Amino acid sequence: MEKDIKFFIDGKRIDGRAKDELRPIKIEVGVLKRADGSSYIEWGGNKIFCAVYGPREAYPRFLQKSDRAILKCRYNMASFAVEERKRPGPSRRGVEIGKVTQGALEPALLLENFPKCMVEVNIEVIQASAGTRCAGITAASVALANAGIPMKELVPACAAGKVDDQIVLDLCKEEDNYGQADLPLALLPRKNEFSLLQMDGDLSEEQLEEALDLGRKGCLEVFEIQKQALKKKYITEDVLNE
Amino acid sequence: MSSVLSDIKKDYIISLLKTGKREDGRGFDDTRNIKIELGIASKANGSCFVQIGDTKVIAGVQCEMGEPFPDTPNQGVFTTNAELIPMASPDFEAGPPREDAIELARIVDRGIRESGAVDFQKLVIKEGELVRVLFVDLHIMDYNGNLFDACGIAAIAALHSTKMPALDEEGNKIEGEFVSLPMKKIPIPCTYVKIADSILYDPSIEEEAVMDSRITVTTEDSGKISAMQKGDVGSFKKEEILDIVRRSKIKGDEIRSLLNEKFSEMR
Repeated sequence: MEKDIKFFIDGKRIDGRAKDELRPIKIEVGVLKRADGSSYIEWGGNKIFCAVYGPREAYPRFLQKSDRAILKCRYNMASFAVEERKRPGPSRRGVEIGKVTQGALEPALLLENFPKCMVEVNIEVIQASAGTRCAGITAASVALANAGIPMKELVPACAAGKVDDQIVLDLCKEEDNYGQADLPLALLPRKNEFSLLQMDGDLSEEQLEEALDLGRKGCLEVFEIQKQALKKKYITEDVLNE
Repeated sequence: MSSVLSDIKKDYIISLLKTGKREDGRGFDDTRNIKIELGIASKANGSCFVQIGDTKVIAGVQCEMGEPFPDTPNQGVFTTNAELIPMASPDFEAGPPREDAIELARIVDRGIRESGAVDFQKLVIKEGELVRVLFVDLHIMDYNGNLFDACGIAAIAALHSTKMPALDEEGNKIEGEFVSLPMKKIPIPCTYVKIADSILYDPSIEEEAVMDSRITVTTEDSGKISAMQKGDVGSFKKEEILDIVRRSKIKGDEIRSLLNEKFSEMR
């Protein structure tokens, strides 16, 4: 996988960012009519829609839990989202990302309010360019808020990683493909705990600590963008209703 | 993968933990008894049986030849598959692999792939045309907690014991001659669970049923971290993550020396 790439030019990264700088992020709330809650996120070259349905009766019925709702997360990538056409339909990668997305979002939700129900999160990647799982979680959390699902807090997500032995925030495509490590994180900001944590590559203990700190900082920036997007949505509607 | 557990039992486990004890009498960093047997399936190119407590898994490795992936023409192909067969638990059902099995296989796969444990470039026969294709298949025979570590250990041990058919320069098999896989490292996954702020190594099935969150850290010989995965619901503080990483290096080294013993017996 190693390839000769200059990751830093005059202290700047391939796409001109500083080491601790996020790619541009734009979130829109309530973009799909049928869904109970929805969002659209553009994060660097990623374009992702998210729809939330529920709470509604859980099926198949054996999945129902008598004391809480279940959270189902489906992550899917469009066949045209990457340069080389991806075979349509569920992939093993998608199934795993759905599962870790569920694990990242569930601790923030008050699912015990809805016994025997389910809340469904659908994440559809239209254009992919590194970091889709973090962008998907970020968008899904906003869509859950838009659907009115009671929650303790929003869940922002962001990756840290290592390229050229340096810890950087929010890997771009080249850094993701040819870098040394990738550490996608999701943060519960009030609890100050990580609810998504995956890592592959090669990190020392000190580098991990540095990456966790940098990732946390990135998540908090994403958190502000999530809040702004929700505020913008509801302030506009109030003004229109007056 | 968790099974139903009564609230009484849950309270019992948690109140015991508050006094610093685990239900089965182990310390927080103690593993259950580990048994490792290499070469238990002679038709496979490599195989390993691992038992941790009452959890039993078998890993089999088979080598075939085929085309490389177009984006990695200079590397062999490596796939990992896990099956949670109905034999292992009343909660497992037959059929294609579902979420849990896919997650399990992918964590094991990543731990091995990302650490560079196998020198994939040495598996190339003709660049871009013909390479060795390695299949690691994990069979869960008896599920009693901590499948991640059992499968991770079984897979890496099976790979280290694998003998592939030797090939001549044309890529034809030489009858009766075998060569070892080009192995470089022994990455070991260590799984911890958090239950009411206690962090426990090698969870039993009861502990998995009441856990708040779970994390698997794969370390390699040099002490470097090669993969991590937080599983299921729940979350971890930064200090907890760093603490777990330190502890998994120690446990990883213990298991590595156990495996090295087995490998030298084999030779």
